Amino acid sequence: MSLRVDGLSVAFDGVSVLDGVDLEVAEGEVLVLLGPSGCGKSTLLRAIAGLERPSAGRILWDDKDLTEVATHGRGFGLMFQDHALFPHRDVAGNVEFGLRVAGMPADQRSHRVARALEMVGMEGFGGRRIDTLSGGEAQRVALARSVAAGPRLLMLDEPFGSLDRVLRERLTEDLGVLLRRLGQAVVHVTHDHDEAFALADRIAVLGDGRILRIGNPAEVWADPGTVHAAECLGHENLVVLDGSGCCPLGRLGDGPGTVLVRGDRLVIGAPADGQPAAAQVSAGRSVGPVSGLVVRTSIRGGRTVVVLDVGGLCLRASSDGSTSVGDRVGVSVADGGVVPLSG
Amino acid sequence: MGKLRELVRISARVLCVAIPVGFLTIFFLYPVGSILVRGIGAGGLERLVGLLGRGSFRGVVWFTLWQAVVSTVLAVLVAWPGAHLLARRRFRGQAVLRAAVTVPFVLPTVVVGGAFLALFERFGLSDGPLRLTRTVGAILAAHVFFNVAIVLRTVGTFWEGLDTRPEEQARVLGATPWQAFRWVTLPRLWPAVAAAASIVFLFCFTSFGVILILGGPTRATLETEIWRHAVFRGDLASATALAVVQLVAVMAMVVVANSMQRRRAIGQVPVRRTLPRASGRLLAGNLGLLALVLGFPIAVLVERSLTTGRGADATWSVRNYVALADRVDLLPISALAALRNSLLFAVVAAGMAVVVGGLASVVVVHGRRTTSRLFDLGLMLPLGASAVTVGFGMLIALDGPPLDFRSSRWLVPVAHALVGVPFVMRTVVPTLRSIDQRLREAAAVLGASPARARRDVDLPIAARALAVGGAFSFAVSLGEFGATSFLPRHPDQLTAPLALFRLLGTPGEALRGQAMALSVVLMVLTAASVLVIEGMGRRGAVRGDL
Amino acid sequence: MCIGPRFRPATALMVALVVAVTASACGGTDNLTAVPLSSGGVPATEAPSPTGSVTLITHDSFWVSEGTLRAFTADTGIEVVLQMAGDTGQMVSTAILTAGDPLGDVMFGVDNTFLQRALDADLFEAYESPALVGVPESLRLDPTHRVTPIDFGDVCVNFWIDRFDSDNPAPSTLADLADPAYADQLVVQNPETSSPGLAFLLATIAEYGDGWEDYWAALRRNGVVVTSGWEDAYYGEFVSGGGDRSIVVSYASSPSAEVIYADPPVDTPPTGVVTSTCFRQIEFAGILAGTEHRPAAELLVDFLLSPTFQEDIPLNMFVFPALASAALPEVFIDFVQKPEDPHQLDPAEIEANRNAWTERWTEIVLR
Repeated sequence: MSLRVDGLSVAFDGVSVLDGVDLEVAEGEVLVLLGPSGCGKSTLLRAIAGLERPSAGRILWDDKDLTEVATHGRGFGLMFQDHALFPHRDVAGNVEFGLRVAGMPADQRSHRVARALEMVGMEGFGGRRIDTLSGGEAQRVALARSVAAGPRLLMLDEPFGSLDRVLRERLTEDLGVLLRRLGQAVVHVTHDHDEAFALADRIAVLGDGRILRIGNPAEVWADPGTVHAAECLGHENLVVLDGSGCCPLGRLGDGPGTVLVRGDRLVIGAPADGQPAAAQVSAGRSVGPVSGLVVRTSIRGGRTVVVLDVGGLCLRASSDGSTSVGDRVGVSVADGGVVPLSG
Repeated sequence: MGKLRELVRISARVLCVAIPVGFLTIFFLYPVGSILVRGIGAGGLERLVGLLGRGSFRGVVWFTLWQAVVSTVLAVLVAWPGAHLLARRRFRGQAVLRAAVTVPFVLPTVVVGGAFLALFERFGLSDGPLRLTRTVGAILAAHVFFNVAIVLRTVGTFWEGLDTRPEEQARVLGATPWQAFRWVTLPRLWPAVAAAASIVFLFCFTSFGVILILGGPTRATLETEIWRHAVFRGDLASATALAVVQLVAVMAMVVVANSMQRRRAIGQVPVRRTLPRASGRLLAGNLGLLALVLGFPIAVLVERSLTTGRGADATWSVRNYVALADRVDLLPISALAALRNSLLFAVVAAGMAVVVGGLASVVVVHGRRTTSRLFDLGLMLPLGASAVTVGFGMLIALDGPPLDFRSSRWLVPVAHALVGVPFVMRTVVPTLRSIDQRLREAAAVLGASPARARRDVDLPIAARALAVGGAFSFAVSLGEFGATSFLPRHPDQLTAPLALFRLLGTPGEALRGQAMALSVVLMVLTAASVLVIEGMGRRGAVRGDL
Repeated sequence: MCIGPRFRPATALMVALVVAVTASACGGTDNLTAVPLSSGGVPATEAPSPTGSVTLITHDSFWVSEGTLRAFTADTGIEVVLQMAGDTGQMVSTAILTAGDPLGDVMFGVDNTFLQRALDADLFEAYESPALVGVPESLRLDPTHRVTPIDFGDVCVNFWIDRFDSDNPAPSTLADLADPAYADQLVVQNPETSSPGLAFLLATIAEYGDGWEDYWAALRRNGVVVTSGWEDAYYGEFVSGGGDRSIVVSYASSPSAEVIYADPPVDTPPTGVVTSTCFRQIEFAGILAGTEHRPAAELLVDFLLSPTFQEDIPLNMFVFPALASAALPEVFIDFVQKPEDPHQLDPAEIEANRNAWTERWTEIVLR
């Protein structure tokens, strides 16, 4: 029971949007597609659903080729970004739609609708008109509608796109629980790395119509592989090295390029008097300490984040909250904190 | 400064209401009211009571009604695939096809009637078990021919602006294309279908030439009966009684249709996206259907216009076209000059219709409930009123200062605009209603006043609908014959349809050939004008994208 | 609400139209410069000087050569403004509706089938033109001179010559039309909707008297086809327009039009006229009651009977001039048959019986 996408390409009027995408999603697995807007995430979902015609490649379910099968014959569910609730039907009318087209009798339908609504915490909303729902409610109804139809693969396209952060975080958590309970194959699309890490069994980073990196969240986080992927994953300290591989932190590479300095591996200590170490530092070994200036501090998610100026290089690190703006500190990078990137 | 702005705002609002109301009152309600009062004074009510008791009269009402209903249903069915094609697929020549289907609209019934008779003859339908000549079948076929464009364009334009995601969502939920259409597309499309169908119904309900020419002498509708009594028998009382019945029926119909359109006002954000290319089979099927319904009669006209001589002596030639530039003795001006007149009238009429219809649409969508419904009803009425009632009404009502219009050159375009306004409204109102309130709110949040928001949000989105409506009123004006013939005209004001009628009123191959050539030129001109007008509307829509 | 800081051409157009509509609605009746349609005529309502202009109301079929009306203006200094008001029925109905406050000063084109209705409505002021002396007595139907005969023509059965020969001769009488030899060949127009149709019915009534009902029943048995108007009969059913039927009700002048407007040119007409089936239609002019330009109107009526106008009538309207002395064009002499003794009925009798006749006709022929 798994989905396989094989060398999938989609082009609009000759302009390539997806270019040779390979994917596999197993039953019970949540794959999160992460990428900035316009990278082809939605197109990939639409192609899997059969709403876009691929220019090359295949879509298989349990090794059965579905590429030529019409959308309604694939048994996949797709929840749209703006929910696309049917404005001319009430909540129950929306949720039961998939069952209705499948020809389920009305009495069984109402039972399933009630259960689906209950699952998303919307008991008793069946008779409500769509335009009276709040954003979060609409999102839950859309989810209930997708789930109620009982798809073998559930695809979610930025389901929290238009919601506020608090609501988004709460719903993300609820969704995580719900998805585990359903035990289906799930493809979830988002541009929000926090959301991705909260939900994913595996993460695929998408950029310019290709899969840049795919793996489990920890692996992907530790070694994004490319600059683009690192940006998508929310890494902030991307350091450009000069021709000899140097930067204010020291010599971090063999030549020009970009390295990632992981924020969670940056250590802030007592002020260091030193100049940057001239010696070459190989990736994986520690660096510093080097002198830095605290430029700004802020609190994000309960943790203090400091912005440091190290010889003109701007770095972000988490701190225990003991430093304040204007402090001179010593900055060092712990083992494995420097990750070379390509592209 | 603030006070001044307030004053401008209020006067703008007053103008929005006052211009349509003034237009309708002066040029329709007052004239029609006057002629009805005159007719009732001449014993119209007694005649009405007498009529209601007569079986033949009930037969006329019944026939008028059912032929209009069946014609409307057929027109909707035939137009449906084409509307889908234009709204949901891309193909080369889309704009041309869109303009081309409008062509039948301007063709005078005399000419089309002849083309249909010739077609029936050619396909062996003039006799035998499949006989269409002088049957209801001929009437229905001609009504479909004339009205397919209305449905195709009105529904197609609305459909084009309809969000595709609900359909896709339905498909993902397991709906077959048909189920998605039936349960998701159709309910949202309904307002536009009701709007188009109500116009087609009114056209068929008041159809005149088609009934007389194709239906044969035994078929009569309220419209032909009003004309026969008022003009041929000089019996104003009976004509008035019939006109009252016609107006009451039309009002009832419009009220029902309008409530159907309101029932489901769907808030949708128009989404711009690339549409799939039309497959060869879909394209071929559609073009085949349209060619069958629209193409054959037009082909006959083109063939006739390019032929000189009769029967075995017939040869191909463009002589008929060359002759258009020269004045024949029968006509006060050359056919080309008549075409120029028609174009000028059409520009003025379409302009008036767009202004009046556009403002009225705003009132219908945003005005208070009662005002809105009255506007919706009132401005539809001219479409369902007999040309006799309107024409004669204008003559007796607009006869003294300050409304001395009887011999004014404005009267013809005004009469045309009266019929054009409902077209503008039926295309603009559903579109305005479908504009997502959030867009206006977004504009308001960005600091736009309500009027400004309306201009920056509604106008660009409505521009395309406005252009479609404007193009229709343009075409209506180009082809209008009935009301024009009732209004006194200076000879140099001859319009192309009137010229056609004159050319066909005297024997002679050259005259007939010229009439056919004039019809073809009128068709080409219509298609070209529609292309240009809608091109303007589309550019406006794109420029206005938020 | 349509006027904003960014002034677009489209907005400007809309504003201009709004202004134009509003202005015209507020009484600016005839700002002719606003719409460049004008090329001469001055509307009737703006003619203050009694000798300045006179308005002639006509049906749509009226037309004369370009210089003809100018000759009148040259002689009298009075300009003629033409107003066309639809076909004869529409024109008469319009005149009756606007009686007392007429759209013009003189009306031309009311014929003997509509005459009595117009007279009953007191549309005209009496005027005896001195030119009337040149008009045959038979055309002067109104002894009180409320209307003046201007031209006449005949509605007759036409036939397609090539369809007949010596073995199979063309019909020559009304009775022939009911003969099985001519079965399924005749096309007529509905007298309830068509002027020639009415004229032909009147011809049969004049010929057969009370027997007309039997005659029409016989025509029906013989396969007569009825159309609503002349156009669909002549161009739809008759051979001339590609139809199949060889006999049609049309005008005595139709063959001449078939020659003049033939393409390619022909020497002889393809159609002939059955002269014994003709009904005479006489067209009259009258001064409309309520005119403010009576002297000018009288001059115009005189002019309508002048040789200049009368000799211009045939080729423009395909009817004969009323003035006996008017010269006829050659093509008319060659191809237009003037029946010796066309059928006629008294206009008062027509008006009194017409609705009853047409209703009876409908029952016999169409039900």
